[in-house]
Amino acid sequence: MSNTLTLFRSLLAAVCAALLAACGAAPVRGTGDLGLVIERASGAVLVVDTTARSVLARVEGLGDLSHASAVFSRDGRYAYVFGRDGGLTKVDLLLGRIDKRIIQSGNAIGGSISQDGRLVVAQNYEPGGIKVFDAQTLELLADIPSAYGDGTRRSKVVGLADVPGNKFAYALFDAGEIWVADVADPRAPKVTRYRNAGSQPYDGLVTPDGRHYLAGLFGEDGVALVDLWRPEQGVRRILPDYGKGQEKLPVFKMPHLRGWAVAGRHAYLPAVGRHEVLVVDTATWQETARIPVKGQPVFVMARPDGRQVWVNFAFPDNGWVQVIDTLEGRVVHTLQPGRAVLHMEFAPRGESVWISARDDHRVMVYDTANFRELAQLPAASPSGIFFTARAARIGF
Amino acid sequence: MLPSRRLAVTLLAAILAGGAAADTQPGAARQRELVRLVRQDCGSCHGLTLKGGLGPALLPGALRDKPLEALRYTILLGRPGTAMPAWKTILSEAEADWIARRLVEGFPEER
Repeated sequence: MSNTLTLFRSLLAAVCAALLAACGAAPVRGTGDLGLVIERASGAVLVVDTTARSVLARVEGLGDLSHASAVFSRDGRYAYVFGRDGGLTKVDLLLGRIDKRIIQSGNAIGGSISQDGRLVVAQNYEPGGIKVFDAQTLELLADIPSAYGDGTRRSKVVGLADVPGNKFAYALFDAGEIWVADVADPRAPKVTRYRNAGSQPYDGLVTPDGRHYLAGLFGEDGVALVDLWRPEQGVRRILPDYGKGQEKLPVFKMPHLRGWAVAGRHAYLPAVGRHEVLVVDTATWQETARIPVKGQPVFVMARPDGRQVWVNFAFPDNGWVQVIDTLEGRVVHTLQPGRAVLHMEFAPRGESVWISARDDHRVMVYDTANFRELAQLPAASPSGIFFTARAARIGF
Repeated sequence: MLPSRRLAVTLLAAILAGGAAADTQPGAARQRELVRLVRQDCGSCHGLTLKGGLGPALLPGALRDKPLEALRYTILLGRPGTAMPAWKTILSEAEADWIARRLVEGFPEER
């Protein structure tokens, strides 16, 4: 009897060991086709596979993810998710779990990762400023308050973008300034301030070559521009006549800017408070066209090859997405991916695009060549979609 | 409908709306839409939890000293010189009033 029991026990142990080996060792895979979908209301993110068009894992416990965004480690394994509540969470895409998490401020709006991948920077509303962290350990290395005026007030920070040389450019919404922080030595950051950049910069972008930083202005007409190759020239204003003397529509959602706005030699910018996309020649920084669209643009994103520009809209036109053909300079297709379209993300080479429809709780995937639906993935109030290809781009 | 009768109906509606703006509660279905609108769309500036973002916090503590009337008109007319838009094309006066009252007492969660 005892012999039988012993035999049974050893058999059981062998079976368990075999099962553990099979399940425990994750299949070896890369992360180049992975990404994250933010579930903004449930504090969770989905790890997605853009080849299989499937959800690999759901990671919970990331806090308040309204207006959350993510950047990626340079090896594409980790995502750094910046939450509204000041949470900074490092997510392991391969293991589908949180690697580290800190609360770094009271109210944050996004972040960026340095050129060398060693520093993660968060931009904060409250208390205003940026904070620099070790990308591996999330240890705080530098705190740069956005103090302005008599030095007692701190501005909300918007439009943070990494630029070459382990620098970060950003704009101060309340102060109307653009700052460039050199964090090559993170323990001793050097900040260059550009005062009088313009009233209420609402977001910023750096061109894909890392040369020009642009801040869109909400409080006045025009866009502020800094040539980072020639910083001694200071900040200058472009598109100064845009919308002057005309009553703007109420802006129910701030437009977003990022380097994806550039397609070939032109930048496609969302007009503030108008149903238009502005086309700007990046060689001269002159406006070359205005393309009428269905609503007030929020995201204006070029397909990676630059042939198409996809546009979504502010409330109440947020059920629509339009596609501009950049050769023809006009809208060639209109889609209805679902209610409350919040974000779009192209596959790294642009053959497909993923679009989140918050109020229909789904992510739609479309073929960008023929606009056919390729897949639908369920997600709870999805907002931002971020693919690992961002790890290799300047300005993210 | 005859033009004169239509005018009379419009006038009556205007009088009713003016006199009863604060008393006319939005229906249950509309209330759910308004909660979602505030949480999600106002939330894009004020935060999903309404503790503030680009726009200020809309929690009871932050609104304690603000007259209801001022809150209602801030919602309807916006605040010139700031990023706060006028919602009068989206919301009626009664709806803005309903939202203002809920904000002051602690805004309901989405269900």
